[in-house]
Amino acid sequence: MARAVTTQRKALNTTLAWIIGLLIFFPILWTILTSFKTEAEAIANPPVFLFFDWTLENYAVVQERSNYMRFLWNSVIIAGGSTILGVLIAVPAAWSMAFVPSRRTKDILLWMLSTKMLPAVGVLYPIYLLCIQLGVLDNRLALVVILMLINLPIIVWMLYTYFREIPGEILEAARMDGAGLKEEILYVLTPMAIPGIASTLLLNFILAWNEAFWTLNLTSVDAAPLTAFIASYSSPEGLFFAKLSAASTMAIAPILILGWFSQKQLVRGLTFGAVK
Amino acid sequence: MFSKTVLRATSAIAICAAGTTAFADSHATTITIATVNNGDMIRMQGYTDQFTEETGIAVEWVTLEENVLRQRVTTDITTNGGQFDIMTIGMYETPIWGANGWLVPLDGLSAEYNVDDLLPAMRDGLSHDGTLYAAPFYGESSMIMYRTDLMEAAGLEMPTDPTWQFIREAAAAMDDPENDINGICLRGKPGWGEGGAFITVTGNSFGARWFDEEWNAQFDQPEWADALNFYVNLMNDYGPDGYENNGFNENLSLFQQGLCGMWIDATVAASFVTNPNDSEVADSVGFALAPNSEGVDRRSNWLWAWALAIPAGTQQADAALQFIEWATGTGYIELVAENEGWANVPPGARTSLYENPNYQEVPFAQMTLDSILAADPNNPTVDPVPYVGIQFAAIPEFAGIATEVSQEFASAYAGQQSVEEALANAQAITNEAMEAAGYR
Repeated sequence: MARAVTTQRKALNTTLAWIIGLLIFFPILWTILTSFKTEAEAIANPPVFLFFDWTLENYAVVQERSNYMRFLWNSVIIAGGSTILGVLIAVPAAWSMAFVPSRRTKDILLWMLSTKMLPAVGVLYPIYLLCIQLGVLDNRLALVVILMLINLPIIVWMLYTYFREIPGEILEAARMDGAGLKEEILYVLTPMAIPGIASTLLLNFILAWNEAFWTLNLTSVDAAPLTAFIASYSSPEGLFFAKLSAASTMAIAPILILGWFSQKQLVRGLTFGAVK
Repeated sequence: MFSKTVLRATSAIAICAAGTTAFADSHATTITIATVNNGDMIRMQGYTDQFTEETGIAVEWVTLEENVLRQRVTTDITTNGGQFDIMTIGMYETPIWGANGWLVPLDGLSAEYNVDDLLPAMRDGLSHDGTLYAAPFYGESSMIMYRTDLMEAAGLEMPTDPTWQFIREAAAAMDDPENDINGICLRGKPGWGEGGAFITVTGNSFGARWFDEEWNAQFDQPEWADALNFYVNLMNDYGPDGYENNGFNENLSLFQQGLCGMWIDATVAASFVTNPNDSEVADSVGFALAPNSEGVDRRSNWLWAWALAIPAGTQQADAALQFIEWATGTGYIELVAENEGWANVPPGARTSLYENPNYQEVPFAQMTLDSILAADPNNPTVDPVPYVGIQFAAIPEFAGIATEVSQEFASAYAGQQSVEEALANAQAITNEAMEAAGYR
């Protein structure tokens, strides 16, 4: 009897998970489907789901009009660079907060997080003027640094949470065996926190990939990433939904594929330390 | 070892990020143009190679969504960022930026360009103190687009200069909920350039105005109550559900699918709704002047131009001017006509276009011209006002105020507050903002 209830509950949970999963994925699916429609089919009422004349014309137009590879390369550099740089800085910071906390550690953590509450537009002009003065407007390096700084609080917080789950005694034992600080971090702490670091890397890569305020405002040609590529297909006067969908699909495809292949690490990292 | 690894990784990132100029081209001069993703602009990008061949000047395009473009170019021009050599801006920004010295005056246009050929309304709207600061790429007004088949079935005939009272009568006759046909589709979406623009010109056509000559808000006057009540009743009775969320694109979509009897909006829409590839009603669309309330000597049509301007911070002013002459000159119009037909040339900028017999055959050409000529940005309202502009007041504060006011109106459209409450809130918002800005 008890077994039947468990099976029923399992089935219910699975169904519920599928429904929620499909609901969350539906906008992406709809965007992908729309990218294969003509502009007239894209706005048809009632909407057509699968039975329409599939066309690759929108992709051809987008490919012809825009240098997709340039935008993609910029996205990879900016998102990848800011994430790696952020983690390199955050690992020692999170280590010190997790294993040698001071009286003010909690306050510092909260203060770091509070910087995320500042509306970005509030510092647009100072940052823009700074970029002009330094000659780094429309420059990938500037965006790497800025996105790293923006995401650093989250990276530190995530790593801090993972590091806290690692027993301090293990590190003490390493020290007893003669390990110095860098050996302790590199050869003891990091391997144990790999799932956490991997999920931090992935999540921050996604955050940086999708960042659309600074990347739109501080770039024009040379450093413009895929967010600028999508923005160029939105029109106030004219219906270009199918082309916009094709551009969006091309922009999210790399991150979607990356997320698909690394979902095991993502889930493992996100639930790391959740159940003990 | 650890510090070396960190150093190496950081250096690698820096080198990758700084990058080389892998994508730089070999042209001696390159100009960067910021623009919007409108059909005519995209078409122009396709012909840029010809300009480069003729002049040796390479062109980089930065295409952005309208609101993003405004924020982007405003930031750049106010900080002298020098990111763009040409900016695509409208009639609202041009006189304000020109007055602030942020734009290069277009004094150096050649004789062949024939600046006198620009439609006077466009030239005035893009000038400050008689100096032209931006060259119109295409211009637009607003007009009525209606279904000739539904109008005929209703036993009515659209006058060339209808009143709002006739529009209501026609909307009632064409409204057919059983077949999902709305009598009329109009903008209601919040935003100064969306629903805000439409309700402002509707107000003009009822004798209302934003400000008196002392910059006092006028939303407490009976003309505004008449205009807003008329609009809300018309749309509640014969408009689509959720019209408070509809802007240009939403209404275009409805009209193209045959779900609107009438639509009053930008003249540039005429080429979309008459294009048989996109529109189900392409062969049954008629055009008329935007309406006015009976006895009011102002119509509800606006005036707008997407124009090319040179920011003062550019290092490539000469090359930029060369491009502007090419893109907004008569040669470009002929180039497009030759390759894509006269219906696809950028409209509303030059007098000579409307004198061209080939263009006169385009079904919406004459009504577009009549609508543009019927708009007077210097005298937009029945009673005098201290500002220039029809669907906007050309002062820097207007965009922010009008966006807030349009949000108040949209909540009245949605039934969340009464028309009286929306007008009272609009009055308070406007007066407060104008006081804070030092106008009152």
